[in-house]
Order: sequence, then C-alpha cells, then structure tokens
Amino acid sequence: MNKTKNVDAKKLISENILIIIVLAMAVGVGIYRPNFLSGDNFANLAMNTASRFIIALGISGCLITKGNDLSAGRTVGLGACIAGTLLQKADYSGKFFPNLPEMNLFLVLLICIGICCIFGFINGCVVSFWQVPPFIATLGMQTIVYGICMVYTKNVPLGGYRDDYLNIAKGRLFGVIPYFFLIATVVGAFMWFLYNKTRHGKYMYAIGGNEAAAEVAGINVAKTKIKIYVLASALFALAGFMLGSKAGGASVNTGLSYELEAIAECTIGGVSTNGGVGKVSGILVGVLVFEILKSSMQFLKIDTSWQYIVQGAVIIIAVALDLRKYLAKK
Amino acid sequence: MSDYLLEMRGISKSFPGVKALDNVTIKVRPGTVHALMGENGAGKSTLMKCLFGIYKMDEGEVYLEGEKVHIANADDALHKGIAMVHQELQPIPERSIAENIFCGRYPTKKVGPFPIVDHKRMYEEAEQLLKEVRMEYDPKAKLGTLSISQMQSVEIAKAVSMNAKVVILDEPTSSLTDNEVEALFRIVNDLRKKGVGIIYISHKMDEILRISDDVSIMRDGQYIGTWEAKSLTIDTIIAKMVGRELSNMYPPRDNVPGEVVLEAKGLTSVLPKSFKDVSFTLRRGEILGLGGLVGAQRSELMEALFGVRHLASGEILLEGKPIKVNSPKDAIRNGIGLITEDRRGTGIFSVLSIADNVSVASLDKYVEMKIVLNDKKIEQLVQDNVAKLSIKTPSSKTLIQSLSGGNQQKVIISRWLANDPDILIMDEPTRGIDVGAKYEIYQIMIELAKQGKAIVMISSEMSELLGMSDRILVMCNGRLTGELSGEEATQEKVMHFATQFN
Repeated sequence: MNKTKNVDAKKLISENILIIIVLAMAVGVGIYRPNFLSGDNFANLAMNTASRFIIALGISGCLITKGNDLSAGRTVGLGACIAGTLLQKADYSGKFFPNLPEMNLFLVLLICIGICCIFGFINGCVVSFWQVPPFIATLGMQTIVYGICMVYTKNVPLGGYRDDYLNIAKGRLFGVIPYFFLIATVVGAFMWFLYNKTRHGKYMYAIGGNEAAAEVAGINVAKTKIKIYVLASALFALAGFMLGSKAGGASVNTGLSYELEAIAECTIGGVSTNGGVGKVSGILVGVLVFEILKSSMQFLKIDTSWQYIVQGAVIIIAVALDLRKYLAKK
Repeated sequence: MSDYLLEMRGISKSFPGVKALDNVTIKVRPGTVHALMGENGAGKSTLMKCLFGIYKMDEGEVYLEGEKVHIANADDALHKGIAMVHQELQPIPERSIAENIFCGRYPTKKVGPFPIVDHKRMYEEAEQLLKEVRMEYDPKAKLGTLSISQMQSVEIAKAVSMNAKVVILDEPTSSLTDNEVEALFRIVNDLRKKGVGIIYISHKMDEILRISDDVSIMRDGQYIGTWEAKSLTIDTIIAKMVGRELSNMYPPRDNVPGEVVLEAKGLTSVLPKSFKDVSFTLRRGEILGLGGLVGAQRSELMEALFGVRHLASGEILLEGKPIKVNSPKDAIRNGIGLITEDRRGTGIFSVLSIADNVSVASLDKYVEMKIVLNDKKIEQLVQDNVAKLSIKTPSSKTLIQSLSGGNQQKVIISRWLANDPDILIMDEPTRGIDVGAKYEIYQIMIELAKQGKAIVMISSEMSELLGMSDRILVMCNGRLTGELSGEEATQEKVMHFATQFN
C-alpha cells in the first residue's frame, strides 16, 4: 500500500514538474524582490491572465480534438484592430473613420466577434471537409488574417480610444472587482459548463479520443469541429477587444504569436496534444503558471531576448512532458 | 550445450497494483513450435514484452542456447536472434518490400568515402529471402499493395534474414483466410526444419493442436504447465486455461425468430470492388450469422446498412417501409446499432471513462432544457448496464482502457443498448476476447434476441458461426452465395459457399 502511494506521489510530481518549478521560482523571486508579491503586481498578473485565459480556452477545444489553431494570435490582433477603428474619440486627430458616429461598445464587440468568426468557420470547414491537417490549415489562415488586418488598417497603428472603451480595462464593478476578472470568470464558467454538461462537450472529448469511433457512434464530427473553431475565433475576438482596451491602442502586430503561448499554457495545464483530455481548471492553472513565469523573469530583469528563449523552451518541454505520460503507459 | 534453445526462468513482473507475471518459466526446444496459451490478461504479451526488453522484468533470467543473456531493447533482441511478428504489424506501406525487410540495415557500398545504399544487392537478397518464405513477389513493389498475410510473410522473411533463432508469432492468423493459414503453416514448418524455435501465440485451439509440438499454458500471470500437444484436446486446453471445466462453448439458444423486421434488396456498393446486388431478410428475435472469407465484403455490407459506407443502388425496407441511411445518425434514428470489428480503432474512446463510453451515442435522450445533460440519469444508465451485463469495473469513472477486452466489448454493447435498437449488427463480436467472456457475450446476444431484437453477427470463426446462428448467410467476393438454416449448416457447406469465386 505504502509503495503505491510512493509511486503516486512520484507520478504527481513528474506530471506537474513544470508547475512546481515555476511556483518555486516565484517564491524565490518573491524573497529576492519583495515587490513581486505586491498588490500592484498581482493586479497586473490578474489583468494579463484574464485575456490569456480566454485565448487558451479558445484554443483548448481545437487541441482536445487533436487539432490546433495557429491563427489565434492574428485573430486576436484583427479583433483588437477592428475594435480600435470603431472606438476612437470623436476629436482624435488620427481618427481612422473620421465621420464615424459614436457606436455602442457592445455592438462593436459583436462586430469584432462576428467578423472573426468567419475565419473560424473557414478553419473548421477546411479541417472538416477538405481534411487539411489543422496545423497547416490554420497556419495558412494565420497569414491570411494578418494580410487582411494590414489591408484593413493600412498598417496605421491605432490609438486615441474613447474613455468608455478604456474603462473596460481600468474599471471595477462596485469599485472592487475588475471588469476583466469578471469577464474571464464568466467565460471560464461558460466553457466549464459547455465542456462538462452539454452534448457538444462530450462529443468534443469523444472526437479527440477516437475520431473514427465518434463517427460510428453517430456524432456529426464535421459540425462539432466547425463549432469548436468558430467558438475559438469568437473568444480570440473577445480577447483582442480586451487587449485593445488594456493597451489603449492596437496595431497589426497585436497578438503576435499568442497562439504558441496559449498552446503551452493548455499543455502545462494538462490538455493533451494526443487528444481527448483537458479541463478548464487545468487550463487556468496553466495560464497562471505561464504568466507567473513571465512576470518572474521581468522582475529578475532578464533580458527580453532571453525571455523569448526561455518561453520557447518551456513550450517544447511542456509538450514533451505531456507526450511522455502517454509513452510511459505503453 | 543446453537442450533448450530459449529458457525464461522465474520471470516476475509487477505493475502498480497487479502482479502481471508470477515466477513464469518457459523452455523452448530447437526445431519446435511452442504454443503459448492463456486467456486475455493471462500475461502472454507481458511475458513476450519482457523477453524483448520492452518491459523490464522484476525477477528472472533469460538463457539463449544455454547462455545467460540480458536483452536491453527490441533492437538488442533482434541482434541476439529473437524476432517477433507482431499482432499488429508495423510496416511502412509506402516503401518497397525490400526496403521494409532491410529497414535500418541497408546493404551499402562505398562511393569514395561515402557509404550509399546498394539497391541492386538489396533487391537480389530480398528476392532470395522471399523465395524462402514461398513468396514470388517483386521486391520493388510497394509493401502497401500486399495483403495482410503477405505482409506477415514479409515480416517472417525479415526474421529469416536476421538469422533469427527464435521467432515469436503473436496471433498470426487472426485476420487470415484458411488458404492463407495453410501458406503460413508451410512457412512455419520450413522454419521448424531449420531448427528455429517458434513461439506461437493464438486463441485458435484447432490450429494450436495442428501446428505445435509443445503447449505452455498461463493463467492470471501464473505458469500452469507445459504439455506435448499430442496429449491435449481442445477441452483439456480450455479447462487448463480457465481453471474450470467448460462443458459447452455455446449457451443453449432458446430465442424464437419472429416476423421480418428488415429487408434489403439489391444492395450495391459505390465502390466497384465491394458488395454487389445483395438481398436478404432479417427477423425479430433472430441471430443471423454472416459468414465468408476475409475480404468477402461482409463488414462493408453491414457498414453500408449503418450509413458508414454508401450505396450506389438498392433498397432497405424497415418493417416494410423504405428508409434512407446516409449516415450513422440516420441508422441510429431507425433503430440500428453497429458494433465494429476493430474495437480499438473504431469502438472505444480509450482516454474516456466508462460512463462517457456508454452514453456517447445516446446523449440526445438525456438533454434537459435543450442544453443541459442530466448527469444523474446518465449515471443511472451506466450503473444499470454495468449490472445487467456484469461489466467488471471499479467505478463508472474508470477509464475504459484499463478494462479487459471482454469488458470493453460489453461497454460497447451497452452503448448501443442505450439506444434500444431493434437491429444490432455485431462484427466479430468476440474477436480477441478470452473464453470466459466469450460465453458471457453469447448469453447477452441470446438474451437480446429473446427480447425481440434482431442480431446480425459477422464471424470468421467457423464454430462460433455454426454454434450461434439461427440462420447463416455466406458471402464470397462481394456477392451473397448461399443461405443455410442453423440446423443444416455444416463447416463444409459454409466453406463451399464461401469459396464460390466468380
């Protein structure tokens, strides 16, 4: 009995080694630079986590069905740019659409989501009907969305946002709960419900677990996958909308390579690239860990170039560790 | 020099929670076929994986020609002269036969200082090797163009080319036709004459008794004993394997076929080489056997009835009314269920729980307010089925991959029962399932028939086909060649219809 407990503890450590290392690192940084544990930094961390969590949730559906969405970052950027062009101050000198009347915030969000969903729909169709491997299909879409974003914004960086738009990032409900936190919580709860309590969720896990068997069990695989890619794009658009508010501006480079971070976060959080496995709670942990890692490195004043190298390595190691779990079982 | 070519002494191996092998000893004499038998989960595969260094044994020693050896991995085993022809072959179908044989050790010649692959020599040697396994085939042909049995022969040729002293055949005949089995046996006999020791793993008793010299039997990770094949009968083997006497392999059939529920008229596949103009009827409460050789297009026919494949022409009448089945969803709506032949490939969701595996095809029934699934009702469904089909599992949350083949099959049967189908198509329902669980599956089938469900059973096991069917349809080469009632059917009659080519 004792022996199996030991084995379990060992397994638990080896499967969560990245999380443990990062948390240990955070404690170290906290002791070395006490500012790291300040309320300000936590607030900052929470803000970053909110949008990244939403992106990671979007991509998780693709990963669970053994797919991917490499157009995530560019879609985030497109969402941010569309919002940016529609939510500038009336008196801003560089206004993108000089004669645009003031639009309702919520309407703009819906426009962002609606346009981005078109690309998700195309991704889903290409993957389902043409059977193009998701990696390639969405890599192509990444470039297409980038190009469209350049055409749309004419490569002009956007700024001069309206106060009500900026207030989404700054504001707090009843002066206490940041709106970002609220949005992330609602999206997280929605996704948890979708993954655990609906047919769509069950079908998603089934397709990821064994697509051929899902087909035989009468699941409409194409429809489910298209829904997954459309939902992913909707969440990317929402995240882009939020990021624009937070940064107070957007450009064609907004969201660059966010998909890689999202994949890493999902994988650290236990979403398997082998398909069929992944929980919303795990994804949240993955995002937090990755954000803590980035924040720790900033506090340690590690050179930006080196931060990229570390992040890339973490992504590869996270996936390698994930696959090891399944290899070891053989 | 030892009398034995290969000895595995006192092998033990534990996994967390289970003792998979407990002090197992196997001794293989040179120039013999040594059958290794046992129910699924008895530890045969684990033992072979230990031999191959895929698993590390906890205790025990391996002797090859009297010398103690340590085998680190599969590659090491190959170089020491132990080769295995896998249950699931792992060839490279897009490359040539010769390249598959010499994969990883291509003959080379030097061009200047650089070694390059000597294709001429490779093809010549490959041709020679293919002759040794009685195969006249162009070694330049793509491996993917061969049948499974031919691929198996290529694998054996590969073993021969490495001068293997011990060749392990793991369920080599599970997907072969009778002719192909004969061809395989000729090769096995050739190897035996050369003094090679062959470890033969199979569930097919009659084959074992025909081909093997010695039979070793395992049960629950323990070594039961080794006997000369001559001294054994099918009944004694089964008794030793299950540790109890099985008086009868098939439960008594007390179901009564009723009125016609489904009629198929002139079903023809969209694929030119598949089934053509097949008509038949299916009755309530009937177990309809579908026999034929592998490649007779039986699965394809049934998959078309289920909407996985498509019809070019033909009509399906359900209770007299024509129905269209273009997708599995259509089939399910019309009360048809399909348990596929390839359980791992198209049956189970290995990373999901038993509950998810049972409920996945019937979730529509458990939706409330158009969106929310009622978890309690789903759990009830799962518990009912676990009890009804006596599925052995710690809980409904257990991952299906940790169950034995027989229990996995019961889970898949539950999946379809959850939809309460009128017609259940079972493609090789007991393939790869141990003797005890087979009997339980048969009982379930009879029970379902008694409830008035119509069952179509595709089976390549002759005794199962004869033992379980109320009526037998036989196919050959895509056409329906004969129909026999359960009483008149004999092995010879079925084979007669199954070989009506052209």
